[in-house]
Amino acid sequence: GVNPDLASERQTASFSVEKLTALLDGGTEQTRIRRAVVEAIESDPVFSRENQYFQTQNERYEAAVKKAVHLQKKMHEMGWTENGPEYKYIYRALSGDVAFLLHRVFMRSISVLGSDKQIAKWIPLATQHKLIGSYAQTELGHGTYLQGLETTAVFDTATQEFILNTPKISAMKWWPGDMGRSATHTVVFAQLYIHGKCYGIHPFIVQIRSLQDHSLCPGITAGDIGPKMNFEHIDNGYLLLKNVRIPRENMLSKFCEVRPDGTYVRQGSQKINYFTMTTVRISLISDEVLTPLMKACTIAIRYSVVRRQSKLKPGEQEAKILDYQTQQEKLLPQLATAYAFHFINDYLQELFNRGYREIQRKNFDMLPELHALSSGFKAVITQHCTAGVEICLRACGGHGYSLLSGLPSLYTKILASCIYEGENTILLLQTARFLIKCFMAASAGQPVPPSVTYLAAVKHGKCPAKNKLDFLRADIYTEAYQHVAVRLTSSTAAKLQDLIQSGVKKHDAWNQCTVQLVQAAKAHCHYIAVKNFAETVEKLETKAGIQRIMKHLCDLFALHGIFSNTGAFLHDGYTSAAQMDMVTASYLDLLAVIRKDAVPLVDAFDFTDKSLNSALGSSDGQVYQRLYEWAQKSPTNQMSPAYERYLKPLLHNTLSKL
Amino acid sequence: AAAMSVNADLRRERAAATFQPELLTHILDGGPERTRRRKEIEALVLNDPDFQHEDLNFLSRSQRYEQAIRKSSLMVMKLREYGIADPEEIYWFKSFVHRGRPEPLDLHLGMFLPTLLTQATPEQQDRFFMPAWNLEIIGTYAQTEMGHGTHLRGLETTATYDPSTQEFILNSPTVTSIKWWPGGLGKTSNHAIVLAQLYTQGQCKGLHAFIVPIRQLGTHEPLPGITVGDIGPKFGYDEMDNGYLKMDNFRIPRENMLMKYAQVEPDGTYVKPVSDKLTYGTMVFIRSLIVGDSARSLSRACTIAIRYSAVRHQSELKPGEPEPQILDYQTQQYKLFPLLATAYAFHFVGAYIKDTYHRISGDISKGDLSELPELHALTAGLKAFTSWTANAGIEECRMACGGHGYSRCSGIPDIYVTFTPSCTYEGENTVMMLQTARFLMKSYTQVTSGQQVTGMVSYLNDLSRQRIQPQHVAARTVTVRINDPTSLVEAYKSRAARLVESAAKNLQAELNHRKSKEDAWNRTSVDLVRASEAHCHYVIVKLFTAKLAEVSDAAVHAVLTNLCLLYALFGISRNAGDFLQAGILTSAQITQVNQHVKELLAVIRPNAVALVDSFDFHDVHLGSVLGRYDGNVYENMFEWAKKSPLNKTQVHESFHKHLKPMQAKL
Repeated sequence: GVNPDLASERQTASFSVEKLTALLDGGTEQTRIRRAVVEAIESDPVFSRENQYFQTQNERYEAAVKKAVHLQKKMHEMGWTENGPEYKYIYRALSGDVAFLLHRVFMRSISVLGSDKQIAKWIPLATQHKLIGSYAQTELGHGTYLQGLETTAVFDTATQEFILNTPKISAMKWWPGDMGRSATHTVVFAQLYIHGKCYGIHPFIVQIRSLQDHSLCPGITAGDIGPKMNFEHIDNGYLLLKNVRIPRENMLSKFCEVRPDGTYVRQGSQKINYFTMTTVRISLISDEVLTPLMKACTIAIRYSVVRRQSKLKPGEQEAKILDYQTQQEKLLPQLATAYAFHFINDYLQELFNRGYREIQRKNFDMLPELHALSSGFKAVITQHCTAGVEICLRACGGHGYSLLSGLPSLYTKILASCIYEGENTILLLQTARFLIKCFMAASAGQPVPPSVTYLAAVKHGKCPAKNKLDFLRADIYTEAYQHVAVRLTSSTAAKLQDLIQSGVKKHDAWNQCTVQLVQAAKAHCHYIAVKNFAETVEKLETKAGIQRIMKHLCDLFALHGIFSNTGAFLHDGYTSAAQMDMVTASYLDLLAVIRKDAVPLVDAFDFTDKSLNSALGSSDGQVYQRLYEWAQKSPTNQMSPAYERYLKPLLHNTLSKL
Repeated sequence: AAAMSVNADLRRERAAATFQPELLTHILDGGPERTRRRKEIEALVLNDPDFQHEDLNFLSRSQRYEQAIRKSSLMVMKLREYGIADPEEIYWFKSFVHRGRPEPLDLHLGMFLPTLLTQATPEQQDRFFMPAWNLEIIGTYAQTEMGHGTHLRGLETTATYDPSTQEFILNSPTVTSIKWWPGGLGKTSNHAIVLAQLYTQGQCKGLHAFIVPIRQLGTHEPLPGITVGDIGPKFGYDEMDNGYLKMDNFRIPRENMLMKYAQVEPDGTYVKPVSDKLTYGTMVFIRSLIVGDSARSLSRACTIAIRYSAVRHQSELKPGEPEPQILDYQTQQYKLFPLLATAYAFHFVGAYIKDTYHRISGDISKGDLSELPELHALTAGLKAFTSWTANAGIEECRMACGGHGYSRCSGIPDIYVTFTPSCTYEGENTVMMLQTARFLMKSYTQVTSGQQVTGMVSYLNDLSRQRIQPQHVAARTVTVRINDPTSLVEAYKSRAARLVESAAKNLQAELNHRKSKEDAWNRTSVDLVRASEAHCHYVIVKLFTAKLAEVSDAAVHAVLTNLCLLYALFGISRNAGDFLQAGILTSAQITQVNQHVKELLAVIRPNAVALVDSFDFHDVHLGSVLGRYDGNVYENMFEWAKKSPLNKTQVHESFHKHLKPMQAKL
């Protein structure tokens, strides 16, 4: 049965959990499809994750390969296709625990970067898994800064081949997924040389393993890069190329072609390609970043109503730890963050769909704005969500440290998202560059994209709030966020100009302002997230209590941001010291309000126990029993070779002879 | 790899340092003689072939446990062979053997033996101490249960005295009462000191400690009535068999209760202990170790991240020039240098607590406990403050290493997972902060009722003088000189006073509204934690500043002064709201502070590598390819990866099992 401490939390929900789930899914029909996919996957024992915490890297890898192969069969059986409505739920249902994820990236890069002829040749082979692809961009010495890659591809007119080489150790490809053990082919990014001239980075399809016996091809050295914090199931690999020759046709040539005589020809616009790269940053947010935070909140909040510790009132039963203000202050802001970013993700998806339609009509006006938003939000969301998962982990005390809580692996997985698809600091600086440019344009009276028009309206007012309830007004706090964003951008722009006017070189001035620029970019994204949350709440239907609870979460998200960064809001006196006390009071009041709905709010995320894979977070709240039973299955309880070998001689008194 | 010379970047960095790193190492160690001895012990371990083994990153959990237990048994023998008996020297030896990781005998050596010494009667010591010293008895300390940790009174295990047989009957009455987490309990120990609620003559007498045999001597099989095992995989601590223990009507003789203080007489009469404040001493000592551990763990992470940032080149700062070292980027300096300064600050705080403890432990044994409550309250908060900060700092260092930081070869993942439980054990951090807050509130009440307080909280005395003006304490203008550490100490002091006062007033307001004291406390606890943090922050800035006066070498003094300034100013910059809200600093001053932080980054930059070299971690201890002293990072990453278990065979078996059949079918 359900633990009564958890059951009682559900009886007092102020809103319909089912309706909120549907809202998160984007409609009841979506919820139905998602649940059907989850059910089909979870009822199949091949996809079970129950033993994963006990497995070695080799075992995890093998299981992931097995699942990937089995998935093909399953999809066929269920009639799911890559273009069907079920497809996007499969990865979530598997919790990403499957091999060959880079195979899709391989296919996508051929579709985007390849000529029609190349697409016709490679895509069918890949679709039928006649080959397994990977994507080899990052090197030992270079990541986000692509121009610095050192792998070379030299065109040999005599044989009509490219000769690929890893000229030095730092040029070795390092990190690509599926490349260490699985892939037969990979897209290699290399500096193209023709007749001694370098033409920059280009993509090449390179076969690395035999299609017969999987042995490495001549000139190829490849292997696994060794243990990491997570992704044990993925064989991230290294690749060393020594005079590997590939035919001229293997350079992906939608945008650039090398003619047989060595003439280099550029064709078409790269802008669509650029747009695709930008899209990837947004596409990972839902599954790789939001889902782990939502799972972590579910686990930590359910556990916090089951765990009782110490007494709040003498003579009474020990209190649920969620009733402690300090515990609420750790967890509830993370819950609000999960909702806030869910809605900003919806907003970004919509914006990108619109952008895609415009780009197809050859209108590239939106590109700079989309690029700035995707860079900034990728950084801000991954950073906040990663921090949030870690807070959930530590809020579960000792038991959070057990792998069986599910939290350590959620954490070690999500934190990789701060690095892949662009290192966060560098991405924020890209957003900042856009902000500064727009600010200058706006100051000069020129038109700027919609998301930054607010930069033109520099106001020097004061926050008008008179009492703590005023800080529950979206217009009041949104304006405060806007003020901070404008202030940080404008003051940094002014400082940059000052430096340059005083004779500092442009790039030096930029480097001297980067700490502030990063803060400005964060403030910009935070402002948009708050504004979007408030606008979303406005539009929600008032029925079933959903708008009310979402309003509370929106207020909490906004006030938590102020409470954690009071300096930015007090600076220049926009908010007064007395007003800051009001913010704190309203913020702390909200914790107690949202506390009542905390469990229903995580129930609405609708994760099954199998997908949480956590002894602490299961929906029935039988935490301790589950922890005890699961621990007994640990392989460490089945054998103890150390006893015979070391403990026995130790206990049998080798020491007393000394 | 060994023959490689030192990377040119690192050579250049070291040549450009403005001070001698050894001199700073001596300060950290507590004198040149301590440094010499530490290195001597380090050499004993590192040159000993018995302590060599494969890289632990490539071993399974069982294999890591096995390696650890092998090394632990050798370690105990060799410590005695070499006659190493000083606690600090034992600590060094152990930490070199286990490379900063936990080991299965930790609780035997660190808790079981000391508890026997302090809480056992002479008769009990005769029975248990020598066998335990000789490891015929291996013991652990079983306190935490599945359902209760820091809140000790909630523990549920029972020990019921049966006068008819003169035995205690031990029981785990519920699932939540199962002992859970004690290190070495799962597989290693054959005895445990069990904390249980004592029942005698029908009354509960609270928690007491009992020596409980759990495994048969000789066969090592669990005894009848005992269920014992390993609690399964964790985030870290792979070499430790954290265990569970369930007792079912398990009987032990009356003489197995530790009876130096409280006693149960044969007829069941309970004799109360004299004082319970004595346990404070042990807690202070253990917390001082955690503060030191925060400093060391953060220092290790900083060493790795800063050396790697001096070796890695990326992108461009100036058009057309070669790629710069990533340490030249302001954003990278801003991530790492404040952490470097923090690591130094925590070193000095750890040393201060240890010294204070040793200074007053003489008084304690004489029964003078007057200084103990403050030290106890202060160390609770400092334990929480430093472990939280170091925890986050280690992660920042890892992130600053980009993708390669995520690889186990960077060594930072291991530092993190080994360190992070210290936010929980020996007192959950939030609970610790609230303990400090309780002391602060008590001191505040004393001051408002006209009494004087002493020690680190004496700044509260100023509050009563302020009472003439009905304003915030700190509203008086302090002229803060941002280049002067002493002046910054004053600013931190004002901030602490303001937050303590504000929490006290909010607490009073809640009390006026509600009846229950507990409820009011709970509704103010976020404020109370902030007050404690501000108090601890002040103490740290104060201690760091005080340390500067002891440094005689001018060059070292200069570089430490810059670090101290950076630590203090960065803290102001990060908590600008507190200083603005209290009127301690103006917006214009905050802007100056922010600017000065950035100037200090550039000033510290040339000494960054030398400053981490001063921590003097041996490569073996550091366990990091990115942080190698010689800086030959990329070559060695490749060498390391080749040893990965997935690379044992050229074609992985899953190819034949899964891939090939699939390709054949499609």
